[in-house]
Amino acid sequence: MTVTDRTAAARDAGVGVSLVDLRRTYGSLHALDGLSLDIAPGEMVVLLGPSGCGKTTALRILAGLDHADAGSVIVGGQDMTRVPANRRDMGMVFQAYSLFPHMTVRDNVAFGLRLRGQDRARRLERCREMLDLVGLSDLEGRYAHQLSGGQQQRVALARALAVEPSALLLDEPLSALDAKVRVQLREEIRRVQVDVGTTTLFVTHDQEEALAVADRVGVMNAGRLDQIASPVELYARPATRFVAEFVGLSNRVPARVEGGRAVLLGTRVPLLEGSETSGRGWALVRPESVHVGEEGEPNARVVSVAFLGPFSRVQCRLADGQVMVAQLPSSTAVHLAQDAPVRVEVRAESVLVVPE
Amino acid sequence: MRADATRGSIAWRVVRAVALLAFAVFFLVPLLSMADFSTRVVGGTGRTAQPWENLVQDPMLRSSIVTSLLLALLTTVLMLVLLTPTMIWVRLRVPAASRLVEFLCLLPLTVPPLVIVVGISNVYAWVSYLLGNSPLTLTFAYVVLVLPYAYRSLDAALGSINVVTLAEAARSLGAGWTTVIVRVVLPNIWPGVTSAAFVAVALVLGEYTFASLLNFETLPYVIGLLGKSDAPTSTAASLAVLVLASLLLVALTFVGRDNRRESRRDKPSRGALT
Repeated sequence: MTVTDRTAAARDAGVGVSLVDLRRTYGSLHALDGLSLDIAPGEMVVLLGPSGCGKTTALRILAGLDHADAGSVIVGGQDMTRVPANRRDMGMVFQAYSLFPHMTVRDNVAFGLRLRGQDRARRLERCREMLDLVGLSDLEGRYAHQLSGGQQQRVALARALAVEPSALLLDEPLSALDAKVRVQLREEIRRVQVDVGTTTLFVTHDQEEALAVADRVGVMNAGRLDQIASPVELYARPATRFVAEFVGLSNRVPARVEGGRAVLLGTRVPLLEGSETSGRGWALVRPESVHVGEEGEPNARVVSVAFLGPFSRVQCRLADGQVMVAQLPSSTAVHLAQDAPVRVEVRAESVLVVPE
Repeated sequence: MRADATRGSIAWRVVRAVALLAFAVFFLVPLLSMADFSTRVVGGTGRTAQPWENLVQDPMLRSSIVTSLLLALLTTVLMLVLLTPTMIWVRLRVPAASRLVEFLCLLPLTVPPLVIVVGISNVYAWVSYLLGNSPLTLTFAYVVLVLPYAYRSLDAALGSINVVTLAEAARSLGAGWTTVIVRVVLPNIWPGVTSAAFVAVALVLGEYTFASLLNFETLPYVIGLLGKSDAPTSTAASLAVLVLASLLLVALTFVGRDNRRESRRDKPSRGALT
């Protein structure tokens, strides 16, 4: 069986999940304001947004750990809105370490299986299978306090998947870990998810994490989904100002819309859907779409150059005082001295123009 | 510099040894004096074990010991059955009520036992009418008496673990509320439960005011009575209770130490591999 075949087979094992017009208020705060979301069988959707945007509330309502004031939760075609958490058949990994401290790794993984009445031999077999999957089979006799944070979260993932849940719910599972472990573990989570094919909802406020692991990323703002799309589309074609500014860095450049194009810094750039159709506005331009060179008539001066490894971030001040950020290969940026006269141009395929 | 440090360390050790010796003398001399008095032949010379034999031979004393031990058992069980699930439930489901529960549990601490007895003596007229005049009915009053101490032990134990996350993890894996409490939360607060139980036993074995004013013959009450007619036996019983309570407190110290060690271990070890 090839990797593609295995992935396809795994995806067949997943079930579809739908959140329909969910609403939830806490006092005067609207945590969810009509959230609707469909997740295809075997798909991994990441909900991304700032603190308080409602992403964790949505996940907790899907898990049955919180309730919606209105709306419904459909899993595998069945309405689960009023089903209690322990009968929803979800696997969940939490932000805080959640292994049961009095149990070994093996007993933690077997906990859900035991509740389902599986016999000891089957439990042990499944435990080994799951611990192999997350690469911790040699630690099955340890307790939580004998594991690092990353190991604890991997065991939590194995425990959640051991019960073969309808959906896997990940509530910022990497946020308590250090940067290097986060990157390792997010790749591992994605590999395991593709292998197992469980429909997955992942909640995070880390855009890099979201773009790296998701089939689709949903950007939430004030209890609503602003846009849901593949990571590439979300980054290249943000539908709203909030998405453009929240996902990746964006320069705000004064622009004029003429004949279906944005005119900015003397360049005419095609407009993205959802842009202003006439008049003046702000064009949101990614740093990698800004070109800084020493050739041509200078229109800016270099303010600073920050070395970031293969790339450098260059800040330039235009003649009107506006500061533009460009991302250049470090091999190019190394030649730019502070206060040197340079020419700044926008070389974007398309831009989003929002009202001033 | 190293010589200064060594001198300081020796001085500190000497201070500690002197302090320990002073405390040992302060606590042990009365106990040894009691042991001496309870084994001395009154009005003669030599030693006797009669006062200690009376602890099991004297019908009133034996009955009071059994009563007090039963009271300790019933009080502990009833307190744990009432308080443990309530506190777990409040943490999990109604955290807004935690202040109210704390206030109610600590209230007995602020009212002198004498005032409480005066207040509940009328209630006890009804208790005696409904349940008979058994001294075991004191259990209800004693549960109220031990609440503040038991609450503190359980609250500290619950505060040392992330109850909500553990419960949610168990729920998401298919556990009902009973399973969450019995198989997930309780094993993790067990040292706190044990502490609460030991404190309750120690308090019940030493309680005099309630028993005396409500006229129930518990061990402390009978010790008081015997003190007027048979001082050596009274002293032997007092010493036995003191030793038992001390042993319980020592056990409590070890349970608490294990609890703290486990709490420290809960943090991920720095050197552990990922």
